[in-house]
Amino acid sequence: MFPDEFDYYRANTVEETRELLTEFADQEVELLAGGHSLIPTMKSGLASPDILMDISEIDALSGVSVAEDVVRMGAVTSYADLLEHGALEAAAPAFYSAVDHVGDRQVRNRGTVGGNLAHADPAADLPGAALAADATVTIVGQDGERRVSADDLFLGMYMTDVGPDEILTEVTVPRVDAAVAGTYAKKASPSSGYAMVGVAVRLEVVEGEIERARVGASGVLDCGIRLEAVEDVLTGTAITDADPTAAGDVALDGIDETMILSDAQASAEFRGALLETYTERAVAAVLEDARPESAVAD
Amino acid sequence: MGEHDITLTVNGEKHSLTVESRKLLVHALRDDLGLTGTNVGCESTLCGACTVHLDGDAVKSCTMFAVQADEADITTIEGLADETLHPVQASFEVEHGLQCGYCTPGMVMVATDLLSENPDPDDDEIREGIEGNLCRCTGYQNIVRAVETAAARMDDGAVEGD
Repeated sequence: MFPDEFDYYRANTVEETRELLTEFADQEVELLAGGHSLIPTMKSGLASPDILMDISEIDALSGVSVAEDVVRMGAVTSYADLLEHGALEAAAPAFYSAVDHVGDRQVRNRGTVGGNLAHADPAADLPGAALAADATVTIVGQDGERRVSADDLFLGMYMTDVGPDEILTEVTVPRVDAAVAGTYAKKASPSSGYAMVGVAVRLEVVEGEIERARVGASGVLDCGIRLEAVEDVLTGTAITDADPTAAGDVALDGIDETMILSDAQASAEFRGALLETYTERAVAAVLEDARPESAVAD
Repeated sequence: MGEHDITLTVNGEKHSLTVESRKLLVHALRDDLGLTGTNVGCESTLCGACTVHLDGDAVKSCTMFAVQADEADITTIEGLADETLHPVQASFEVEHGLQCGYCTPGMVMVATDLLSENPDPDDDEIREGIEGNLCRCTGYQNIVRAVETAAARMDDGAVEGD
């Protein structure tokens, strides 16, 4: 319940953060934004950093801006703030839906998009959703700035391409000309609120046909994954013909089932079954949104 | 940098404190400022009994360090009522939205936050709104009713305590 002692610094700029990370390179430093992954681990004794560097007040890292072809989210923007932006919902509806499913009201007032992705909890909602959204992150290091796509970001359990002295500063999602429909279907753990399984489905529809499908899943393996078999079954199909059951049936294709997470909440076998069901549900929900007859039924 | 001088404005009153970096906001409120209405109910950020308003938003004060709240404007359960109960408090009384009362400060604080954003929530929206708060006594039924009643009273422009 009581964290170990640590030194607390508040950084005012990204540059200052980089300098402090270099200065304290011989100590264990954690960046603090929303703190709703980090602080619980410090309270339970799992984590005991020497230094906490609070980056939550850095203006340049906060806020949402909309350009012609991209929506930019500062890394320390809270989930609650993200949800105020209709442009984000329009550009990346599955990602937006996942943000709305994180935790609870209080958590969404403090937790941040960058923190979620950088922490890469296998049961967090946003990594799978970032994959579906074709998101890209900006990482600032000692050598400068680089851009990493979500496809290359998640490496394993709590492991990302962000290095120990680097800062994830921004998350972007593309805006496309095609009509976009998407959603996030989640089987939440009744106790923790994390995803036992979460499936984000994004469809780009041109003239009634699914031109591109991106499907991301959380909670199944040690990090967020794309469900490429599901994408293949949907791509090139007319939205009136696309079959949610067929999508659910292939959800496990290409997944090494021996690597599916197994714990006190759910066996690997149950998680696999949840993945099929929630894939079907997510696809069904998106198709209902995307199909013209749903307007007729109103 | 293990100890910091901070300023917390709590329920309209400014306080200067010196706290260790590791002091949780809930402990600063309870132990340093004597505001024991905010409760500690778990060790896992799940129960919400510690919910306060920080710069207008409901947050779990057990999952913040006091130093993070330096210069912030905080409202605790003690700060909701004037001479009379806040409509949400009055509604919890009228609808018997509590038994032991331990979760109640947190429930009232999150309900107030919910209603400020959504003044007319339906049943599902209320239940979703209190997802971050656990009650071991009531089964939530009367808590949800209390929030519905509060919404109706506030919508009617009811004066606090009516």
